[in-house]
Amino acid sequence: MTETWMILGATSGMAQALTRDLATRGAGLILAGRKTADMQAIAADATARGAQAVQVLTYDARDNATCDALVAAAEAAAGTFNLAVFVGSMPQQSAIDADPDLIAGTITDSLSGPAHLIHRLAPLMEARGTGVIVGVGSVAGDRGRLSNYVYGAAKAGFAAYLSGLRNRMARKGVHVMTVKPGPVDTPMTYGLPPMPFQTSPEKVSAAILHGVARRRDVIYVAPIWRLIMMVIRALPEALFKRTRF
Amino acid sequence: MTGGAEIRYSGWGRALSAKATLARPERLSDIVALGPAVGGRRSYGDAALNDGGMAVDMRRLDRIIAFDIEKGEIESEAGITLGDLARVTIARGWLPAVLPGTGHATLGGAIAMDVHGKNHHGAGSFGQHVLGFDLISPTGGQRRVKPGQPLFAATMGGLGQTGIVTSARIKLTHAPGAVVALRERRVADWAAHVAALTEAGDSYAVGWIDATAQGRDLGRGIVETAELSAGEARRRGGRPNLPFDAPRLALSAPIVRAFNAAYFHRVPLAGRDRIVPYEAFFFPLDAIGAWNRLYGHAGFHQFQCVVPPAAADGLRDMLAEIAAGGFASPLAVLKRMGPGRAGMMSFPMEGLTLAVDMPNRTGVVALIARLSQQAADLGGRVYLAKDSAAEPAALDTMYPEAAKWRQAVAKADPAGRMVTDLVRRLKLRETA
Ligand SMILES: Cc1cc2nc3c(=O)[nH]c(=O)nc-3n(C[C@H](O)[C@H](O)[C@H](O)COP(=O)(O)OP(=O)(O)OC[C@H]3O[C@@H](n4cnc5c(N)ncnc54)[C@H](O)[C@@H]3O)c2cc1C
Ligand SMILES: NC(=O)c1ccc[n+]([C@@H]2O[C@H](COP(=O)([O-])OP(=O)(O)OC[C@H]3O[C@@H](n4cnc5c(N)ncnc54)[C@H](OP(=O)(O)O)[C@@H]3O)[C@@H](O)[C@H]2O)c1
Repeated sequence: MTETWMILGATSGMAQALTRDLATRGAGLILAGRKTADMQAIAADATARGAQAVQVLTYDARDNATCDALVAAAEAAAGTFNLAVFVGSMPQQSAIDADPDLIAGTITDSLSGPAHLIHRLAPLMEARGTGVIVGVGSVAGDRGRLSNYVYGAAKAGFAAYLSGLRNRMARKGVHVMTVKPGPVDTPMTYGLPPMPFQTSPEKVSAAILHGVARRRDVIYVAPIWRLIMMVIRALPEALFKRTRF
Repeated sequence: MTGGAEIRYSGWGRALSAKATLARPERLSDIVALGPAVGGRRSYGDAALNDGGMAVDMRRLDRIIAFDIEKGEIESEAGITLGDLARVTIARGWLPAVLPGTGHATLGGAIAMDVHGKNHHGAGSFGQHVLGFDLISPTGGQRRVKPGQPLFAATMGGLGQTGIVTSARIKLTHAPGAVVALRERRVADWAAHVAALTEAGDSYAVGWIDATAQGRDLGRGIVETAELSAGEARRRGGRPNLPFDAPRLALSAPIVRAFNAAYFHRVPLAGRDRIVPYEAFFFPLDAIGAWNRLYGHAGFHQFQCVVPPAAADGLRDMLAEIAAGGFASPLAVLKRMGPGRAGMMSFPMEGLTLAVDMPNRTGVVALIARLSQQAADLGGRVYLAKDSAAEPAALDTMYPEAAKWRQAVAKADPAGRMVTDLVRRLKLRETA
């Protein structure tokens, strides 16, 4: 086996699409997440499609003790070890406004939880001097928005974390790629009015593999979002605070 | 189940549409049979529509559950497309034993229509290769259904009326490689066309008809015969997509005539033999994404019927009527069928089947209704996966087991939750 991928948040729609593509090219897989039964179904699919060896491990971003088993699996992984992080949660902003206790969990799921695990895996990857870390952020982290700024704050923090990590790991031959999908057709968005420039989990996966092959640093899955967010970021606060974006 | 979304959707022909609350479950355990299942929406008419009601979009349920490479059996969630199944299995020397003309049909949709392929004369229908399936019934509860059980025959070709098929296990056929050895021959007229199809000893055989040809040339076309094969084929380039509705002119009569003549003459007089990728043979139209938009905003219909061998010439009269009315399109297909069928409402019967696309123009619905009646008079039947214009009265003649099926369905779905626009339109579940 030439590559093993650990998929963090393996039940996410985007993660499932990536898992499938990796399985088709014969990769080894470590699926990590909270829902074991769902991950088992995903593992069976991956095996049928050609994945070499598939493990299912329990991971909870809010319980750092679950990282031990993941670190052990990474140490034992065959071929190049790579990590893709899809974990994140987006409670309604109104729910957070009603219950500020939700803030800590939101930050943990998208930022401090995954960062803890990555920090534990980093030395191992540095020692191997190879591999990729793919972190899924969000355009919501490019500017705090009225409709989801706690989620946005967590994703902004994750983007800053990945940026620093990229600098650190590049010195040792490990590549770090930040992914900003833009709106994706997943359960998170199903039933909402169709978003402009919405993409699919399959396209996110294709963009990730394409970006990894080209060693890109930051990718927007639908390139139009890079442009949109450039404009949004350039708006002065005095103006931005009056928009509903 | 994931919260439903109110969505307007249509069948592949785009002439009929519905607005329904569509749930889209992400895992098998989330499925609730609150309404009929919707698969790849490759039925042409209203088979998958439920206007004003609920429906369950199956497309996220596309995981393979187990692939037994020794035995050649695969079990999968029912929303997987047959194209995906073909891709995965052919890499290991296997292929679904029956494949319809599009890879976008789902496993569940193939069961609900008991679909047929270009090898029906030898291999039978899709349902004859199904080893078992899980069914969630609208009355609650889930069960495994096996061949031989009454619910099996009521579900195969059963238009989704017995409940939602969540997963199924199918028997595969050996595939020596990812290509097909294809032989193309011109046939000059109707008699030659029928003779070539009837005499073909090959596993796969299908005829393309130039539906614009009239008089002496009526029925002329190209007969393709094929065998699964090993070897290399030249790969085609990227896949074009039709991003907009074509203007009305695109498929006007002179253009179709010109296209068909060119298509016919593409094959040299002496015929030709080639090795082609399996997708190019099984799913030729899938190479152009969203080709249904070629017919413009109004959409189109497909008429497909089968008649017994002795009544084959009745199809020639239908062709003449279609050509005379100027409704011919580039797509007209003739196939030989064997007796194989797996369900009470399955379409196949021994004989010859004709399928013709027609633009949704004034007069087409009346024409299809007339053709449907002719099919019934000839002892044949229309294919409900394609229908949008048959008359309810003829249905029980065409489908002699309809009464038995109706009883089984009444038991499986007493509250009528799985009823679709097609079933309502044709009064399929109403006792006379
Ligand atoms: C280009 C083209 C070529 C074709 N060629 C052929 C051919 O050669 N032979 C042939 O037989 N057909 C052919 N067809 C028709 C097609 O194979 C059938 O209409 C098939 O049923 C489509 O499957 P689907 O998943 O799109 O189902 P849909 O069209 O979405 O639904 C069809 C029916 O299946 C039911 N259904 C779907 N999923 C489930 C489920 N999980 N459980 C229970 N019921 C379910 C629906 O309720 C509905 O009644 C062709 C269609 C196209 C567009
Ligand atoms: N959908 C979009 O439009 C969109 C746009 C931009 C960015 N994103 C981001 O893309 C990523 C994938 O999202 P998605 O759309 O595929 O949605 P999703 O299905 O909700 O994915 C979120 C994933 O995170 C996991 N998760 C949440 N909290 C966790 C915790 N405490 N411990 C372990 N796992 C946890 C979930 O696991 P469970 O299954 O156990 O809940 C799930 O696998 C997320 O980071 C999301 O923020 C999404």
